[in-house]
Amino acid sequence: MAAACTSRTRQMMGLLRILRNFSQNERLLSTSVLRHNVASDGPPKFTPPSKPVIIDKTQKEASLRRFLSPEFIPPRQRTNPVKFSIERKDMIQRRKVLNIPEFYAGSILAVTMTDPHVNGNMNRFVGICIQRSGKGLGATFILRNVVDGQGVEICYELYSPRMRKIEVLKLEKRLDDNLMYLRDALPEYSTFNFDMQPVHYEITGDVPVNLLKVKMRPKPWSKRWERPKFNIKGIRFDLCLTPEMMEHAQKWAEPWRPYDMLKEYDTSSLEDHIFKEVQENLRK
Amino acid sequence: MALSLSGVILPKLIQQRAFSVSSAVAAVQKLTRVRVVDNSALGNAHHHRPPKVIHVYTKNGIGKVGDRVLLAIKGQKKKALIVGHKMPGARMTPRFDSNNVVLIEENGNPTGTRIKAPIPTHLRKMEGEYSKLLAIAQRFV
Repeated sequence: MAAACTSRTRQMMGLLRILRNFSQNERLLSTSVLRHNVASDGPPKFTPPSKPVIIDKTQKEASLRRFLSPEFIPPRQRTNPVKFSIERKDMIQRRKVLNIPEFYAGSILAVTMTDPHVNGNMNRFVGICIQRSGKGLGATFILRNVVDGQGVEICYELYSPRMRKIEVLKLEKRLDDNLMYLRDALPEYSTFNFDMQPVHYEITGDVPVNLLKVKMRPKPWSKRWERPKFNIKGIRFDLCLTPEMMEHAQKWAEPWRPYDMLKEYDTSSLEDHIFKEVQENLRK
Repeated sequence: MALSLSGVILPKLIQQRAFSVSSAVAAVQKLTRVRVVDNSALGNAHHHRPPKVIHVYTKNGIGKVGDRVLLAIKGQKKKALIVGHKMPGARMTPRFDSNNVVLIEENGNPTGTRIKAPIPTHLRKMEGEYSKLLAIAQRFV
């Protein structure tokens, strides 16, 4: 091996160690930093492919997971699209200051917000995200946890100036988008330790799906979760309901819903357009 | 919809709770069943009926966090302070899974000596009136 090659590999290993630590900012840092190094390598010397080149391939943008936060997609309304584009500008402005990571309903988050009524001004809460709702700047998410035997839920606004830090302790999806049924499930499914350590997650490939089916408390529940309108797949109905009750719930099925043309809203082209806009504006 | 209020075990394959539950309507109001959250003797004494609110000391009859109420516990009247309810409130404030209440005297001093359940931090606004209550609280959320 040439002497120049080993010094270059040492630099690359050092950089890779730093990059592995910045798991959240990897999308912003990785490609630009590695590209810069490859450019400074220069044309003259041909070096046989070594470790750094292989890892450079995995950090390419194409393999990174494409994620557009659901609050960017505007609802189908009769408002002027200018309103949504102005709102998007404000959202991107806020995202440049506060890092809002990718997360889904079912991920475990730790949120730090400013609180004038607490000694050190910061209030930290850890919980599982049960719902993400709202579009634009008013987007919210609800974190649920069981603290000292008491179930607590806090609805946080993503773009509120009181938000200081949002960390994803465990990134995963569940079988449903809306986990409100955890209120009627056994408390063990909503308890998470406040001192939980962040679990490492991949930035490439698919988000891991937790196929957990939750055991429920005895009925009555806050909502009739067995009804097809909620379309819940993450509850063990066989343990709490008889087949007759399941059949009775099917009476409220509305089989014409998927064929309702007036309720169709295809967001794929809109999503692509907004994703490109958000990516290029975040880089500025 | 409403099941019998007695503790009779229903002879069915699937056990059901022996009281009826309705969704949160307007936080805490008259006849709301509440959960006493401190370690006072009156609050933790087991009675065949849960403590109920019989009066809410606000202009409208609706009690939110930090409002005084009058409870009927064990055949006697007792004042209490609401420290958490099931109804969702302001955006960044916590919502609890039960209507929590702390027993209080006429002058605002708490009856118990410890509050184990979590208390919302925005209750600290009433530092002057309920400072003793905030001092015995062990956990803020």
